[in-house]
Amino acid sequence: MSQPAHRQVGHVVPLPVLFGVLGTLLVMTYATVAITYYDFGRLNLWIALGIAVFKASLVLLFFMHLKYDKPFNAMVIIVSMALVMLLIAITLTDTKQYEPNRIPGYAPSIKTNPQ
Amino acid sequence: MRPKDHYLNHGSGFRSWAFTLDHKRIGVMYLVATLGSFLLGGLAALAVRTELISRGPTIMSADTYNKMFTLHGAVMVFLFIIPSIPAALGNFVLPLMLGAKDVAFPRLNLMSFWLWVAGALFCIGAVVTGGVDTGWTFYTPYSTTTNTNVIATTFGVFILGFSSIFTGMNFIVTIHKLRPPGMTWFKMPLFLWALYGTALIQVLATPVLAITLLLLIAERALGVGIFDPALGGDPVLFQHFFWFYSHPAVYIMILPAMGIISDVISIHARKHIFGYRFIALSSIAIAAFGFLVWGHHMFVSGQSGMANAIFSALTFSVAIPSAIKVFNWLATLYKGDIHLTTAMIYALMFIITFGIGGLTGLHLGALAVDVHLHDTYFVVAHFHYVMFGGTVIALLAGIHHWWPKMFGVMIDERLGRIGAALVFVGFNTTFFTQFVMGSHGMPRRYYDYLPQYEIYHRISTLGSYVMAAGFFLTAYYLIHSLFRGKPAPMNPWGGNSLEWHTASPPPYDNFAVTPVAEDPYDYSRLVPDKIAGGYTSQTYEGAGAR
Amino acid sequence: MSHEHQPHLQHHFETPEQQFDAGKLGIWLFLATEILLFGGLFCAYAIYRASHPEVFVYAHQFLDKVLGGTNTVVLLCSSLTMAWAVRASQLGQRKLLIALLSLTLLGGFAFMGIKGIEYKQKWEHGLLPGTHFAPHDEHAAEAAPAPAAPSPTFKPSAAGPAGTVRGDEPAVSASGPHGKRPSNTQIFFGIYFLMTGLHAIHVLIGMGAIGWILVRSIRGDFGPEYFTPVDFVGLYWHLVDLIWIFLFPLLYLIH
Repeated sequence: MSQPAHRQVGHVVPLPVLFGVLGTLLVMTYATVAITYYDFGRLNLWIALGIAVFKASLVLLFFMHLKYDKPFNAMVIIVSMALVMLLIAITLTDTKQYEPNRIPGYAPSIKTNPQ
Repeated sequence: MRPKDHYLNHGSGFRSWAFTLDHKRIGVMYLVATLGSFLLGGLAALAVRTELISRGPTIMSADTYNKMFTLHGAVMVFLFIIPSIPAALGNFVLPLMLGAKDVAFPRLNLMSFWLWVAGALFCIGAVVTGGVDTGWTFYTPYSTTTNTNVIATTFGVFILGFSSIFTGMNFIVTIHKLRPPGMTWFKMPLFLWALYGTALIQVLATPVLAITLLLLIAERALGVGIFDPALGGDPVLFQHFFWFYSHPAVYIMILPAMGIISDVISIHARKHIFGYRFIALSSIAIAAFGFLVWGHHMFVSGQSGMANAIFSALTFSVAIPSAIKVFNWLATLYKGDIHLTTAMIYALMFIITFGIGGLTGLHLGALAVDVHLHDTYFVVAHFHYVMFGGTVIALLAGIHHWWPKMFGVMIDERLGRIGAALVFVGFNTTFFTQFVMGSHGMPRRYYDYLPQYEIYHRISTLGSYVMAAGFFLTAYYLIHSLFRGKPAPMNPWGGNSLEWHTASPPPYDNFAVTPVAEDPYDYSRLVPDKIAGGYTSQTYEGAGAR
Repeated sequence: MSHEHQPHLQHHFETPEQQFDAGKLGIWLFLATEILLFGGLFCAYAIYRASHPEVFVYAHQFLDKVLGGTNTVVLLCSSLTMAWAVRASQLGQRKLLIALLSLTLLGGFAFMGIKGIEYKQKWEHGLLPGTHFAPHDEHAAEAAPAPAAPSPTFKPSAAGPAGTVRGDEPAVSASGPHGKRPSNTQIFFGIYFLMTGLHAIHVLIGMGAIGWILVRSIRGDFGPEYFTPVDFVGLYWHLVDLIWIFLFPLLYLIH
């Protein structure tokens, strides 16, 4: 199962790890679907995202080898994700600020004359 | 003195160039391609300025005018400025500075070039079949509804984006993995720090442009409605996406230019660069900060007050690393042994014109002032001072600095100075006038204007003709040198970075033996070579010479 | 070090380790660009979901959770077979490598097949993006596409009800078994098709790449001394899986 790593081959992921990760991923997928049958209000989205992030981490660390790689490779991915979050955060904040009538309860609705 | 075998005559014929994996040949091809684009964009600019020399129609209709300034902007930004220094000079010089035989991924490098060609063909095709009139920024809703060739142009730009991304990937990996023994990060020439910062932006920002253009194409072709308010969309979202790339893009334009200036000033003043670490780290700081300020292009777009305030504050901070560089360059010049070569003249010019451009960025970053200056000629003048007075001037400095290395010939310095003078006078006449005009309210992209602006437009246009004369003279003497230039020595300027330790032009595989890296700014062992010209090092012989 | 004894070592690298490390960094940089590419779409998703939550809650009912969930499982399993295939190539297990790559490719086909079924369902129900949105309701009384009229200057302009009504008031929309349809429901489908469409294109490219290394594996190109292409194609395939891990809950499981 776990081979001594030949220098040129680098690290070889042990089979139990691979299967264990898949098992966990499948369980978490089931959990993601199952949890939609309960309503946690505003937390729904964050729970779904949290599970997705956990699954993504497993894929990144084990299937994609990041746990056994040089740390800089992981930095590359983390920085790119941070930039995406920056884009979303600021744009979303901006949208919420200038469209008060789009968010229910935020400010009185403005309706244009339909006909 | 010129070596018999070098990269230019190593294999001949179209295929040996079209399918080359040699970074030096790819750099030369990029140089020709980007300078050709500069000519095309420049001619469009002359057409625009000529139209504006008097009120009302002068040489073209209003529709043609819109297409002409769009052509000028799109060609200059996407075909010329973004690729020019990294892909042309960077490709040539970067592996040499690292003592390496090539970049990390030579085939990817060639693909970068061919993607540039493909993107250029789409853009040129779009122009030839009717053009685009949206401005290079493709703002919605006009770009989703106009009848001009938006899809062809944006698809061309999409392809050009990948060319840029692949160059960036190549440079990051090359700098990480192919440094020679002894060259730690803080022993690299500053041009490499600059290219590294640029490459980070290329890799991280360009994909957002890609998705923006894809969304625009989907909007036009499939009617998705993402930017159309009647279908629930938001046109300002386009601006967020567009500027998330396009602001960092301007740092792609200026960072490599600053890298050139650091090297040229140090070498041509025969003085160790002052504040090496500050300059090096400021390149990374500019790359990082550049991602935080995109909203300053959107102050009057309907963006919220909170976002406006945040972006304005951050914009002020991004000026700081640039200023750090300027102070260090001045400190390097102080008590230096300044040789007024053409390269140095352009470098000094850069400090003046980029200084003006950068400072006027602060005017525009100040929220309350920008409300009056947005979309006026003040903005036009600002970005021409930084892109032209910055990047193009630095490109000229770099071309004159590395020309002997690339082609094994020296340039006529006298003509070089005349050309520089014409460019300097012409450039400032053209664009300083526009600061005044803009602050008096002249809007940009306007085909016609009120009588009080006519005098400014006249002066500006005449300045552009002087500038054009300077460029044509420069083109003339550069091409002339290829045929009749004096043979160049290995080290004409006395630099100590590794590219100066191989022949001019370099052999096909750059170095016979991997050289040992020293401090690239230590000139103490370089003495003038009275026989061969240029400089020679007293202890290090240099590999690959003769 | 002599390059003649190492046919895979390119001339500008000193050692195979340096070459492999460089390639790895290169592929991770490329994956970063893909994350940023999709990041823009996730941003559009976030904006519209925040502005029109009722649209998202309503419209996602038209997505089949079973098919989406099956696709998730398919991709996760194909990620396993891909990671295992990389391991097999490192250990020189040629037959196993070929089998695993074939299974991964099969997973890709299964994914695209299910996607095809889903898209067909959308087409049949008229649930298409933007101006093509023409849902076939039980109450198919109104002729024009129900939500808002396209803006007059928009090219495929249909004559629809004049004037635009702002988001939170459902306009002249139909009621069906799924509840009252909010205006601007087509936003959801616009985003759905853009995100899953771009993802599907990447799946196809991945399948092409896997097919290519499958051919090379059959030729016997890979082993412990050289398995780089398998590793790198694998990384790309995992990225495709990664993106779907986020797409699935965000599109199919909104509540």
